[in-house]
Amino acid sequence: MTQNGHERPVVLEARGITKRFPGVVANDKVSLTLHKGDVLALLGENGAGKSTLMNILYGLYHQDEGEIFVNGEPIRARSPHDSIQRGIGMVHQHFQLVPVMTVAENVVLGNEITRGGLWLDRQQAAERIQTISRQYGLPVDPHALVADLDVGAQQRVEIIKALYRNADILILDEPTAVLTPQEADELVGVMRTLTSQGKSLIFITHKLREVLEVADRIVVLRAGRVVGETTPAEASEASLAAMMVGRSVLLQVEKTEARPGLPVLDVRGLQVRDDRQLVAVRDLELEVRAGEILGIAGVQGNGQTELVQALTGLRPPEAGSIRIVGRDVTTATPRQISELGVAHIPEDRQRDGMVTSYPLTDNAVLELYYLEPFAQGLVRNDTAIRRHAEQLVAAFDVRTPAVTVPASSLSGGNQQKLIVAREFTRELKLLIAAQPTRGIDVGSIEFIHNQIVKKRDEGVAVLLVSAELDEILSLADRIAVMYHGQIVATVKNGELSREQLGLLMAGASLQDTSASSATLAHP
Amino acid sequence: MAQAAEERTPSPGPPGFREYYARYAPFLVPIFAVFTALVVGALMIGLTGGDWLAAYIGLWEGSFGTPIAIANTLVRATPFIICGLAVALAFKAGLFNIGAEGQLYAGAVCVVVVGTMLQLPPVLHIPVGIIAGALGGAAWAAIAGYLKARTGAHEVINTIMLNYIAIRLTEWLIKSKTPYILGDPADASGSRTRFIAESMHLPGIRVTETAILHLGILIAVLLVFVVDWFLRRTTTGFELRTVGANPRAARYAGMSVPTSIVLAMALAGGLAGIAGATEVMGARYALSADFFSGLGFDAIAVALLARANPIGILFSGLLWGGLLTGARLMQVRAGLSIDVIKIVQALIIMFVAADQIVRFIYRIPQRRAGEEAMISKGWGGG
Ligand SMILES: Nc1ncnc2c1ncn2[C@@H]1O[C@H](COP(=O)(O)OP(=O)(O)OP(=O)(O)O)[C@@H](O)[C@H]1O
Ligand SMILES: [Mg+2]
Repeated sequence: MTQNGHERPVVLEARGITKRFPGVVANDKVSLTLHKGDVLALLGENGAGKSTLMNILYGLYHQDEGEIFVNGEPIRARSPHDSIQRGIGMVHQHFQLVPVMTVAENVVLGNEITRGGLWLDRQQAAERIQTISRQYGLPVDPHALVADLDVGAQQRVEIIKALYRNADILILDEPTAVLTPQEADELVGVMRTLTSQGKSLIFITHKLREVLEVADRIVVLRAGRVVGETTPAEASEASLAAMMVGRSVLLQVEKTEARPGLPVLDVRGLQVRDDRQLVAVRDLELEVRAGEILGIAGVQGNGQTELVQALTGLRPPEAGSIRIVGRDVTTATPRQISELGVAHIPEDRQRDGMVTSYPLTDNAVLELYYLEPFAQGLVRNDTAIRRHAEQLVAAFDVRTPAVTVPASSLSGGNQQKLIVAREFTRELKLLIAAQPTRGIDVGSIEFIHNQIVKKRDEGVAVLLVSAELDEILSLADRIAVMYHGQIVATVKNGELSREQLGLLMAGASLQDTSASSATLAHP
Repeated sequence: MAQAAEERTPSPGPPGFREYYARYAPFLVPIFAVFTALVVGALMIGLTGGDWLAAYIGLWEGSFGTPIAIANTLVRATPFIICGLAVALAFKAGLFNIGAEGQLYAGAVCVVVVGTMLQLPPVLHIPVGIIAGALGGAAWAAIAGYLKARTGAHEVINTIMLNYIAIRLTEWLIKSKTPYILGDPADASGSRTRFIAESMHLPGIRVTETAILHLGILIAVLLVFVVDWFLRRTTTGFELRTVGANPRAARYAGMSVPTSIVLAMALAGGLAGIAGATEVMGARYALSADFFSGLGFDAIAVALLARANPIGILFSGLLWGGLLTGARLMQVRAGLSIDVIKIVQALIIMFVAADQIVRFIYRIPQRRAGEEAMISKGWGGG
């Protein structure tokens, strides 16, 4: 993709950026340059300092040392407002949209077109949004409520928001972490369109395949320093992984044949409605046995979220029954279910899985806080809580200066690792893991995948819900394909090819995929 | 090359003043707010032709300048501290308790009932009075909590409505003459209840003709530490805080959000009820329909000034009591209207609420994601 020979002009340059937080050097003399029309991919482990660096370029944080140049001019951005003026836009790792407002209102927020200096000109705003939407292939309805949009659409809104402010340099912080593979492919297309129209992009991701596909140049950070620079032509997934982590990473999970025992989770005729009272899960049958990993494959939004919520007591089912270790838990509370030995890694870590203003200690015992040794009667035992948090942090390599810092100061991937650590370290019979490796770097994915397999081998039943077909294929013993709220097929891993699974996920029937050996979900 | 790079590396010396300032100044925002309010207040006094220096010296002497002034301030601050805790505790559970005023009356009515109907020795009568006040306030506030938990009706609306009901109900209980319910047939104006039994008066030290430094301040200080301990160190306190900080995570963690809401309101109401009890039992021994005259609303300011931190409320409550006690001398010394004090108080609230202004003036860095957003909570963002 790089046009060798003639160098394109530099639009953004960072020189010797250093940023310290209490107890950590997040960026240590980092330098990088972005050329016009290029995609610069930024890689690095969780906590390597990628988001911090981007927040500095965007003016949200201020560097302690170093300089930033935009189009050759030194800038000292005091706030995102300054950076927007200079044509820098950013789509954050955790979206910054107001759910109760419409797409158009969100886009113009803080940059309103007004009539007579006072009234918001909705019409004109909507028209501009539509123009941008057409120009870059970002379909959205300006009048839709953000709360009603799926993540892919919310992301498009974030990108439009930046383009609406005439951003020429666009920073995308892990935009694909929350997307389905299809949506991620579409985003790659959008990125191509953007660069072909002269925009320059910085792109952060943990998915190496995407980097090789779309980047012009690749910069790798480790522990706050630049440890290497390369191009997709010179690199491979394995070489990038090694560069990031500093050792070679097994991108494939090694596991033995599963030896399933008794059923642990038994779901019959389950029907669940979503927030809008539409049937999201219908007549669903599911069984997970001790010592096996059942992977639920499916395009996001086919009822997986509601299924997991029903299984964990967070959403009362409308019909059907759920049994866990032989007990009927159809109407049980989350606590009753949890006490049976069910752990749950929620799909949205910041919304459900943690209290970001709490220190790591409190988050480490979010569910077990009332039990010995974390409490004696009604009084919390801070020493025991702290020791537990320290154990989790050490065992799962959560990068943090101390367990007393608020969880919000952790990098996104380290927040996820903390939740995974917490859920794995409990007395377990059933592990329900929704997108367990979302936002996690390759080295840690390897570790977490191995932990999941280890739990399986210890006799835990694992229900794995993942939008990443790769993750399902490499971990699951059996695969259940979910489509429109139903399990449309359950097969042993290996019986169907990637493509056949993809067709099932898109709504094709099993016969269409010509896989005669597969067993139907409802014989 | 490498050597040059080495030389450019700054020595990792101790952090300078700027860094300390950036790190700790955010905690000083309330103090800066008070300071700024006093400065703006001085400008206003000056502009209206008053002598601001004399005014502030008067304010100081009248509030903390003499032992008697201090005693008066302590008496005045007692209900503000306890009621401030009532607002703060609910706030920690994510509830905006505008209903301390009504809870004060609900508690005080119960105190008057046990104070006029029961005959007990002081060792029993005093605790019985305080418990009655706590239960009255708790029951009253629990109504608002229950409505919120069951129907989702917003607690701000519920508590405001309950305020009106409590005040009017108290008035009726006092003014009803056929038959007399709480009203005192011996009181010609018919504006107060019968006096409570002497066995229920809080012990205290007489400081002036009219003022007694009663046990209430000790109860207030004790409650400050109890509430602080409860929130930080108990599992129930943890549940309330979690429900307040992220109700979805609380549900995920197996906590019962409705139970926590009702409990938080009941505990908050119980505190306000205790404030009602100490006022009746320590200061005036009878209740009238205008007895608290907005105390429950001032308590919101006291709690906000302390950013809902119980220990902080000890100080903001004392400040509030001091401002009110010192007002008289300030008025006399500078020939000002009492309203100026009200204006200074309003300025303090304004600068605390609009902390962006204070942050701008004193160059205090923005709150980071981890810092609790106290007054306004953002959407969605954990
Ligand atoms: N606001 C903050 N306060 C304190 N420390 C912080 C803050 N933000 C980041 N850090 C620390 O800085 C380091 C770098 O964090 P950063 O978010 O930049 O990582 P990242 O490379 O984006 O990781 P990830 O892939 O997990 O998103 C981490 O060790 C983190 O703990
Ligand atoms: Mg990040």
